[in-house]
Amino acid sequence: MRTPIAYFLMLAGILFAMGTVGVLINRNALRIFMSVELQLNAVNLTLVSFARLHNDLGGQVLAFFSMVVAAAEVVVGLAIIVSIYRRRRTIDVDAAREMRW
Amino acid sequence: MVGALVPHVAGSLWLIPALPLAGATITLFAGNRLGKWAGILATVLVFASFGVSLAVVLNLLTYPGESRLALQHLFDWISVGGFRVGADLRLDTLSATMILVITGIGALIHLYSVGYMAEDPRQGRFFAYMNLFVFFMLMLVLGANYLVLYLGWEGVGLCSYLLIGFWYTVPGNAEAAKKAFITTRIGDTLMLVGLALLVFKFGTLDFEVIFGTAGSVLTKDAATVIALLLFAGAIGKSAQLPLQVWLPDAMAGPTPVSALIHAATMVTAGVYLVVRSHVLFEISGVALTVVLVVGVVTALFAATCAIAQFDIKRVLAYSTISQLGYMFIAVGMRAYGVAMFFLVAHACYKALMFLGAGSVIHGMHDEQDMRQMGGLRRAMPWTFATFTIGGLAQAGVPPLAGFFAKDALLEVANHTGREVVFVLGTIAAFLTAFYIGRMICMTFLGRTRSDAAEHAHESQPVMLAPLVLLAIGVVVVGILQLSPDGAVTQALEPVVGATALGAGLSVPALIGMAVAVALLSLALAWWIYGSGRVDTVAFRERLEPMATAAQRGWYVDRAYDVVIVQPAKALARLTSDVFDALVIDGAVNGIGGLVKRSASEGKLLQTGFVRTYALVLFFGAVLVLGFIGVRG
Repeated sequence: MRTPIAYFLMLAGILFAMGTVGVLINRNALRIFMSVELQLNAVNLTLVSFARLHNDLGGQVLAFFSMVVAAAEVVVGLAIIVSIYRRRRTIDVDAAREMRW
Repeated sequence: MVGALVPHVAGSLWLIPALPLAGATITLFAGNRLGKWAGILATVLVFASFGVSLAVVLNLLTYPGESRLALQHLFDWISVGGFRVGADLRLDTLSATMILVITGIGALIHLYSVGYMAEDPRQGRFFAYMNLFVFFMLMLVLGANYLVLYLGWEGVGLCSYLLIGFWYTVPGNAEAAKKAFITTRIGDTLMLVGLALLVFKFGTLDFEVIFGTAGSVLTKDAATVIALLLFAGAIGKSAQLPLQVWLPDAMAGPTPVSALIHAATMVTAGVYLVVRSHVLFEISGVALTVVLVVGVVTALFAATCAIAQFDIKRVLAYSTISQLGYMFIAVGMRAYGVAMFFLVAHACYKALMFLGAGSVIHGMHDEQDMRQMGGLRRAMPWTFATFTIGGLAQAGVPPLAGFFAKDALLEVANHTGREVVFVLGTIAAFLTAFYIGRMICMTFLGRTRSDAAEHAHESQPVMLAPLVLLAIGVVVVGILQLSPDGAVTQALEPVVGATALGAGLSVPALIGMAVAVALLSLALAWWIYGSGRVDTVAFRERLEPMATAAQRGWYVDRAYDVVIVQPAKALARLTSDVFDALVIDGAVNGIGGLVKRSASEGKLLQTGFVRTYALVLFFGAVLVLGFIGVRG
């Protein structure tokens, strides 16, 4: 007997919620970043689950895409964080708020 | 329908307009570097064009009357669906008459200009415009359809504008050029509407098709509308009432320009247009009456103005308007041959008089006021002699060309039972002879009235040669038309048909009367202005305010200013200062202000806190998903 799809979706939901809360409550850019990764992986899990449910490999392919894009995004994001740190010796996101009007 | 093609002639038709076009192109780009060679080049090319024209026309005349038609298809100009217009040239006896006048007199005027413009630093440009004018004028008369004609029609208008304003640094010249262009545009626009109607009715603009099928295609009313619209174009170009106001002001241009464009050729394009389209006018009938009335009124009106002018060129300008009125009288009476002969004769003697006036102005160091002249016959004998021949021709003294033209016209009027036209035409002839006499007396006879006149000098031979040649032309050209059915009329008969003449006064009686009127009028003019027995200043003062009114063209200009120009300017001010400033600019500025204000408020939404944005994004996503969930 197969594990019901609902379990996977619930797990993914919990992971996503944890990621979201992590993004919203953390001020450390690296921790926000890790939370974003959590969200992405929650979505990947959903994709794979539905692929399995519908017997359609498309979902898995999409998950791989999302991983590649996430890796690229991490590279750019980390570079930005490093450069922010070099400039102001902190990676507190609330300190970097010059980008308004 | 006209008979077969004349192939031998047709092949070289394109050369006639191409030569002046080549000249225009060269002088336009290299004219100022060529110096005086620009003028010589331009003159040689127009003479060459005249040579080709003469050869072509002589060849055409070797064919029998009915088959004197040469067509040349150069290329397809417009081809849209079933509507085709070709760049086609057409030579029949009507266009043959015109090209000989244009290239012949044009060549002489070019020659004269070489001398007249010798000291002008921009003479290269001048000759470029002159050659371009000759090209467009030739296209106008050689076109085998209305579109080619219209191309030339607008082209000569452009050249007229450029040449009137040639000395644009002199205040008023540019104004005069604009006035000429805009006034003629009124007529041109109406004419364009007429052409559109022709396309609508016939599906083509080709002369052959239109004139061949007009009888069955057009109703009387349609023909009237089209004919009157075409005539409106003619009114503008030929400076007939009520669009005559531009021609006197057009005298601002160099005098050879006045001779070529505003006397000999362009202003006669209107006459050519009506003669060419006579089929449409005849179907209408009413249109011919309109032509006749406009001609009579203009002939009389302009003659009265000419009497009161002091500027020698303005006398000639009004006299040109008056003479063009005569031509339209002839056209209105269906005497197309007479009208065309009048056109040829007028081109000769009026070009001669303008060039003579130019010679006087040159000799007087740019003085145009006849009150400053007088007694110039001693200093300028050649100019005096040739100018007088031209004047006598226009006054109608036999055996000069003008006499035969005017006499033929009055004979037609009398023999077709148009008594009113005959009487008014005779009165206009009397006035014509009078102002000619006055002009000659004031300019050449009597005592000198100024230092400039005292020190006037005769012009150089290059300017006198065209005067002499034109004077010879004026003397001999009368042979072409000794009576209303003379050589010109007969040659034109295949194109325009014959004029039916009834009975009236006997021909010798008419000739006697015409000569008597002319001589009497000249004698009266001499007695008042030439004999020194009449105090002309007091004489003029006794005629006030009539004299000033006539000098000002009976205040038509001022009436137009009050009725049309000022209201138009007021409307322009209303739209620019009120509508444009408040409504248009208001809308544009309002939108800009709105964006600016909403931006200054809306920018406060940006806090710069990344996590705030993330939260908003999150709730946004939740909202969207929730919406989709509720709906789905």
